[in-house]
Amino acid sequence: MSQYFNEMFDGASVRPPYSTLEHWAREMSADLRSLKQSEAEALFRRIGITFAVYGEGGDPDRLIPFDMFPRVFSAGEWRKLEAGVKQRARALNAFLADVYGRGEIVKAGRIPAHLVYKNAAYEKAAVGFMPPLGVFSHIVGIDLVRTGPEDFFVLEDNCRTPSGVSYMLENREIMMRMFPHLFQESRIAPVEAYPNLLKRTFASVAPQKCDRDPTIVILTPGHFNSAYYEHSFLADMMGVELVEGQDLFVSGDFCYMRTTEGPKKVDVIYRRLDDDFIDPLCFRPDSMLGVPGLMNVYRSGGVTICSAPGAGVADDKAIYTYVPEMVRFYLGEEPILANVPTWQCAKADDCKYVLENLKDLVVKEVHGSGGYGMLVGPKSTKEEIEIFRHKIEDRPDNYIAQPTLALSTCPTFVEDGVAPRHVDLRPYCLVGKDVELVPGGLTRVALTEGSLVVNSSQGGGVKDTWVMAE
Amino acid sequence: MLSRTASNLYWIARYMERAETSARLLEVGARNALMPNIGGGMRNEWESVLNAHGTLNAFLDKYGDPVQRNVETFLFFDRENPSSIASCISAARENARIVRTALTTQMWDAINTAFQEVREMERTERSALPLSDLVEWTLRVCALVRGTIDATLLRNDGYHFLQLGYFIERADNTARLLDVKYYVLLPQVSMVGSGLDNFQWGTLLRALSAHRAFNWAYGGEITARKIADFLILNRQCPRSIYSCVSGITDHLDAVARGYGKSSAAQTQSRAMLAELAEMRVDHIFDEGMHEFLSRVIGDVNRLGFAVHDTYLSGDIK
Amino acid sequence: MKLQVRHKTTYRFDPPTRSMVQSLRLTPSAFEGQQINAWDITCDAGDCPVETGSSFTEGAGDHIMTVSVRGEVTEFTVTVTGEVETSDCSGVVKGLRDKVPPLAYLRQTTASWPNAVLKDLARDTLIDLGTAGVLQQAHALSKATSDALDFLPGETEASTSAAEAIGIGKGVCQDFTHVLIGMARASDIPARYVTGYLLSGSDGSAHEASHAWAELYVAGLGWVGFDAANECCPDERYIRLGSGFDAIDAAPIRGISVGEVDQEMLEELLVDVAVTQMQQ
Repeated sequence: MSQYFNEMFDGASVRPPYSTLEHWAREMSADLRSLKQSEAEALFRRIGITFAVYGEGGDPDRLIPFDMFPRVFSAGEWRKLEAGVKQRARALNAFLADVYGRGEIVKAGRIPAHLVYKNAAYEKAAVGFMPPLGVFSHIVGIDLVRTGPEDFFVLEDNCRTPSGVSYMLENREIMMRMFPHLFQESRIAPVEAYPNLLKRTFASVAPQKCDRDPTIVILTPGHFNSAYYEHSFLADMMGVELVEGQDLFVSGDFCYMRTTEGPKKVDVIYRRLDDDFIDPLCFRPDSMLGVPGLMNVYRSGGVTICSAPGAGVADDKAIYTYVPEMVRFYLGEEPILANVPTWQCAKADDCKYVLENLKDLVVKEVHGSGGYGMLVGPKSTKEEIEIFRHKIEDRPDNYIAQPTLALSTCPTFVEDGVAPRHVDLRPYCLVGKDVELVPGGLTRVALTEGSLVVNSSQGGGVKDTWVMAE
Repeated sequence: MLSRTASNLYWIARYMERAETSARLLEVGARNALMPNIGGGMRNEWESVLNAHGTLNAFLDKYGDPVQRNVETFLFFDRENPSSIASCISAARENARIVRTALTTQMWDAINTAFQEVREMERTERSALPLSDLVEWTLRVCALVRGTIDATLLRNDGYHFLQLGYFIERADNTARLLDVKYYVLLPQVSMVGSGLDNFQWGTLLRALSAHRAFNWAYGGEITARKIADFLILNRQCPRSIYSCVSGITDHLDAVARGYGKSSAAQTQSRAMLAELAEMRVDHIFDEGMHEFLSRVIGDVNRLGFAVHDTYLSGDIK
Repeated sequence: MKLQVRHKTTYRFDPPTRSMVQSLRLTPSAFEGQQINAWDITCDAGDCPVETGSSFTEGAGDHIMTVSVRGEVTEFTVTVTGEVETSDCSGVVKGLRDKVPPLAYLRQTTASWPNAVLKDLARDTLIDLGTAGVLQQAHALSKATSDALDFLPGETEASTSAAEAIGIGKGVCQDFTHVLIGMARASDIPARYVTGYLLSGSDGSAHEASHAWAELYVAGLGWVGFDAANECCPDERYIRLGSGFDAIDAAPIRGISVGEVDQEMLEELLVDVAVTQMQQ
């Protein structure tokens, strides 16, 4: 018996949300399967969805493997997830509004001041300015893993510009084209409203100075960026312009884009580039990607930037530990979704425990990302563990540790049939006038047997994610 | 529409048209090379082609003597030559990728497939790729892209910027081809009207896929006057300067109508069209063919700048 | 003391720029040490239209304004004139509308980054002080900076970092300030870069009218100014314009101009500042 929770099987019986699929997969011949698989690949290539998940790098013309076996949630499971994700997104935004305003949570001693204010993602330039509706992070991507029927854990929050949502939409589009009968037989909640909701979210945070239908644009670092496809896809789906920094300029109180009909005022900018590059007059002076003067227009209320500069302080690994505390502090509620238990090496007791149990733990650098500076205890050699022991003893405050999670598995098409593979989930929560979550998300799957790493750069693939309608 | 998007569309068209011109020049060279060398001391045929292409010096620097194989490489495959067919199609595809969502699937498919095929050809043994195949492939691909534009694209401002790119590039190319025929291909004035002269005019017509059209329209012997009339003033010839400027004017008018704002480019192209409409072939020869063509090339160039300044640069006036 | 300022900055571009945008941190904010009686900023770009706007007060209390010019700019001039009433607060900045948590100023930048020399100097300076308070520590670091560097223009550049300056051993007010804030932050004392004007004394003690110094944060007292280049704390001869992490971040004028990318652009900068004491 596997130690991992299998999302399809409960012992020998098939769990209800998967009943149609179990039958479907069992009936599918190997020939049909490979035919469909190559059809899917051709479709992905045709629409040009070549894409590397942001920060993972890699060949921009590469396809991420698509697994046709959907991942399914029952309506009941989703209700809980939805409530939990929305709660977390609200708390993270309340935190951001607070730490760039009065800093009540710090004054109340619920989170250490230095973790927030000394943080590299804390933007001095954002202090004292309240963006429209007090929203800083308009798209919150919450990375979740499951370890049991009722056990969901938040692995990470993404408050800046979480990527991958184009996969959520394209995966569904392709599944509907290839297997229409599955959608007739099961009642699967649609995700296609996402671009409209996204546009509505942006429109709701237009600056007060905007007295007409707001003009929304997506700001991309350019067509060499690995996520360019997603930027152009979203712009197209929302019916808004995809601009580069050079297409925008600042004049007087506003920001304009260069069009064939002359300057056109821009009200909301969904930027897909990091804070550092937004405006060379405020951040990195050598940035050619941004718009000189944009931060001044933003801070004087002439344009809204989504996500707000400085939003990144909420998704820092050191801050992560305190998100449940944020939920309690700002919302007066108990957190619905649990954090992965985290030991902070900065605390003496925690550090002692971590050093004693290195072989069972995952140790991460506080400010690291993309799997760098990480120790996966059970997969490391004695030497590697000893090297890390010294690192932690040297600078305990630079490390946190978490248990190695038993990620759930989901049936996945493999060489010779169907086999369980580990999965995670990233739903995309929209925060504007309303807080909304389309029923679905991006399911990443580790295609290598036994692997717990779902990153596309390390052999990960993606799946369509179904939520059964009520 | 974003100025940069309009610019990308405009350049897709210019690069595709340029690729087509390069292919036609390759064809001209190949046919000329079949002609016995009767001129004594006459320049190399391939040298003339490169001259027409405006890349003779770049070629000589890199390859030395213009032998067919090297010219083929240079005009089709060489990525260092910005006007080579491979360069043009790659540049068109890169522009298309940037504005992917402003294109229809069919148009993107046509450009993207052409690009993938170029990459495939680059990996193919050259002996398997005779010149005629390379030329034919290019003309087919260019026709396919144009076809998808005509058949699938919305007639919005983006469509007009694409057409502007095509017509401006084509006007420039027709003028240059004519000029080269007149001044470069022909080494001595004494040869005007000679058999070689007529053969070259015929080749030029073939290169412009206008040989049969010319026969239908004029019939009989090929003369410089008829050719000039056909390729400059004829309103039925799709590559004549008149047709190109007329196309430019139509699309500039359509853009101005759509935006409710007339432009300097519009004024320029209308003036040019009015002059061509009044012009007779005698006027051209009175002025001097080369002088006239130089003036046309300059005018078209200025028109290109005006389009750029008004619509594509996004600068505030 | 009533001080009058006239500060003219001229940019010359050859070839002309196609457009330029600047962020101006050129308006002093009031606090106990200074009241603003009059202040005016004029921008002139010849025939080119100048747009000003996007003005606001930053979290750190500085007024910021944006100016943009379209068209072929060959010369651009910013002229500041004003009258400020100052008083000596021994460097303590009280009553400034400043919302940025002091801890945010513990972050080092490239310009302030302390190398081993700076770290050692900071440690050696503070080690003898025993249990002295932060204020004494701040004074000691400022004095150590004054001792470590000779004031000598022309030895360093605008891009010289604290670590480079300490190596050279000479510098101007910008270098003194970077060295001091680099050492302060390394010692866990929040520190920031301040720009402003200084009345040149007839005694020759002060060096420049356009000036920069540091502010270090002392819990209980607040931000306190230290002018290591002049070995003193700012008094009634100083007008405080604004602050930031370092010289670039705090720059009174931060701009960018767009021109021919492939051509060497000649950008000439002329600054003319006069601060005079008014007759009472």
